[in-house]
Amino acid sequence: MGKRTPGPRFESWGRYPRLQADVVPLHWTIDFPLPQRPAGKQLPVGLGRSYGDVCLLENGTLLDTTGMDRLLGFDPATGVLRCETGTSLKQILDFAVPRGLFLPVTPGTKYVTVGGAIANDIHGRNHHAAGTFGRHVLRFELTRSDGARFVCSPIENSDWFAATIGGMGLTGLMTWADIRLRPIVSRRIDYRGEKFQGLDEFFARSRAAKSEYTAAWIDCVATGRNFARGILMQGDHTQIPEPLHRSREPKLVFPADLPELALNRYSAAIFNTLHYHRQWGKTKSGRVDYEPFFYPLDAVRHWNRMYGRKGLLQFQNVLPLESGREGMLDILKAITKSGLASFQAAIQFFGAVPSVGMMSFPRPGVMLAVDFPVRGEVSFDLMERLTRITLEHGGRMYSAKDARMTPQQFQAFYPQWQEFARYVDPGFDSAYWQRVTGRRRLDD
Amino acid sequence: MTEKGAVPRRVLALGATSAIAEAVLRLLAERGASFFLVGRNPDKLAAVRADLLTRGAAAARSYAANLDDTAAHPTLLAEAAAALGEIDLALIAHGILGNQQEAEADYGAAEAILRTNFLSAVSLAGCLANYFEAQRGGAGQPGAPRRGSLRRGPNSVGDGTPVMAVISSVAGDRGRKSNYIYAASKGGLNVFLEGLRQRLEPAGVRVLTIKPGPIATPMTAHVPPGPFFATPQQAARHILRAIEKRRNEAYVPPYWGAMMLVARNIPGWIFRKIRV
Repeated sequence: MGKRTPGPRFESWGRYPRLQADVVPLHWTIDFPLPQRPAGKQLPVGLGRSYGDVCLLENGTLLDTTGMDRLLGFDPATGVLRCETGTSLKQILDFAVPRGLFLPVTPGTKYVTVGGAIANDIHGRNHHAAGTFGRHVLRFELTRSDGARFVCSPIENSDWFAATIGGMGLTGLMTWADIRLRPIVSRRIDYRGEKFQGLDEFFARSRAAKSEYTAAWIDCVATGRNFARGILMQGDHTQIPEPLHRSREPKLVFPADLPELALNRYSAAIFNTLHYHRQWGKTKSGRVDYEPFFYPLDAVRHWNRMYGRKGLLQFQNVLPLESGREGMLDILKAITKSGLASFQAAIQFFGAVPSVGMMSFPRPGVMLAVDFPVRGEVSFDLMERLTRITLEHGGRMYSAKDARMTPQQFQAFYPQWQEFARYVDPGFDSAYWQRVTGRRRLDD
Repeated sequence: MTEKGAVPRRVLALGATSAIAEAVLRLLAERGASFFLVGRNPDKLAAVRADLLTRGAAAARSYAANLDDTAAHPTLLAEAAAALGEIDLALIAHGILGNQQEAEADYGAAEAILRTNFLSAVSLAGCLANYFEAQRGGAGQPGAPRRGSLRRGPNSVGDGTPVMAVISSVAGDRGRKSNYIYAASKGGLNVFLEGLRQRLEPAGVRVLTIKPGPIATPMTAHVPPGPFFATPQQAARHILRAIEKRRNEAYVPPYWGAMMLVARNIPGWIFRKIRV
């Protein structure tokens, strides 16, 4: 309660950049504003699963919201859950699944808080059907650093509602939120994996896909005949009723940082070849539990240690469909040529469902996300190239993953940024916001 | 009375907004328990109450009170008993860590620690003991283990006996210069509970002394986290198991039992020289 924790420094999931800040745990919605207003700026943070510097603030105060994890109300008739914003999606699933309910939108990890999900207006594999997370948020309470508290919804304080969804935690602290869950009758997913060779086949198969969840793993290392091969993964919630139980806790922990050399173009190529051929035939169908379908990496805690001490960068962009094929081709060529990619890469279509947030990332088109280890200049040069290609093709990049955009690039991707800036809490700031508004220089 | 082997269904929580208590209460709420929640801050109590009801509590009433005020304890308890009908579990969970340096310099600060951690718990446990004895009709009740019997009676493992569970601390096992005033408050509590356990045995009431090691809670937020910090959720699972099994004492997590066995048996002439 307002006491400082001299613990280990708060890291983002990419562990780059590394910035020092005080961390103050909030346990109750009334713990904010802090009894003693900190001298520097503040920023609410959750479980630190965003990759770059959107959840960092040098020489400031990070408000750790994970202690605010109470479920404040639930209406079984409508499936609306009210929870404090430090509640994680894992905690919501533990509550919801045994009651026959599921998250309306889920990212690739359940270890994110509701506050983080709203602040980054996250998306899932069902974007074409359900849109972003923010579309399923009915209302929330926003508390400003001056102590003002007000409820925001599409009809009350709707401008604040739009600014805060996708607002990167800068508009104030959300204390609680109402989220509409969706019904399920089984934990399992009817799964269908289809292999593809090259972008054209990916586009054709994605256009033909009918499932609620559709996304692809893509090989960003292989060249020549195997260039842009991958597996399109489709899934739908099984309609056959089955007993619903809570998930077990994961047991595996990635024990230590791997040496930098462990992850290189050869090990990544071997992994990708094995992964591609794990599915024997051209297509494969089956019924799988939702855990491995949505959260394969959650089974291993701290998997980011695989990238070594220097951390990782993620490149994530979306290109409009018109220029998508050409742009993605340029991007994939640049990535394979660099040999820097790891095996973690995803490509999927975004649908036309509009995002609620003023600063939301998703827009109709094709989205690509690729992880790279931080290897100094080579990695940064590649990120710069990919960002430039994105800009040329009229796309945009995702704040929650970015650590390298310049102010000019950001302002071209998000021309509405000045309008958004009017809603930023004067007591709040982030390393990301400082960077993209030209107040913090990138260190190389 | 609860059915055999079941978890408690009617729960009085004293210090319900403490992180460890809240984690235990959540587990009980998922099993459909009813609650009478006592804490100091009405806003925090309201949040805990809403959470427990959402998770499946059958009923929950909150009652704001400063537990340092021992004169108010009988009324508080009467209200709780009336609201719950009967009490299957009374969890005494309030406490403060205090500041050793301040308590050394100023007796008032030392007394505040003793009042909250020891005196108020003595008063509450005493009131509860009288209540339980009246409720259970005292000694000689069928099912109560014979006095002096070493055989595990039907009441000693997971049956329907009510439980008075009190959160003490491993710190109470040994006095150290870094926190002996807090430790004294918990050590005194341990001895008190040991005696109370003997008294309540014939009434078929279990007294459980819970001795957590360091737990990452708001109370310890300013202490640099060490390798032996457990989460309130981990602690709660162990505490619930100890309640279900009607244990007398529970180290939380259980490895503290082995560590404190060693610590308790270090001779004084060596212990004096250890800087811990």
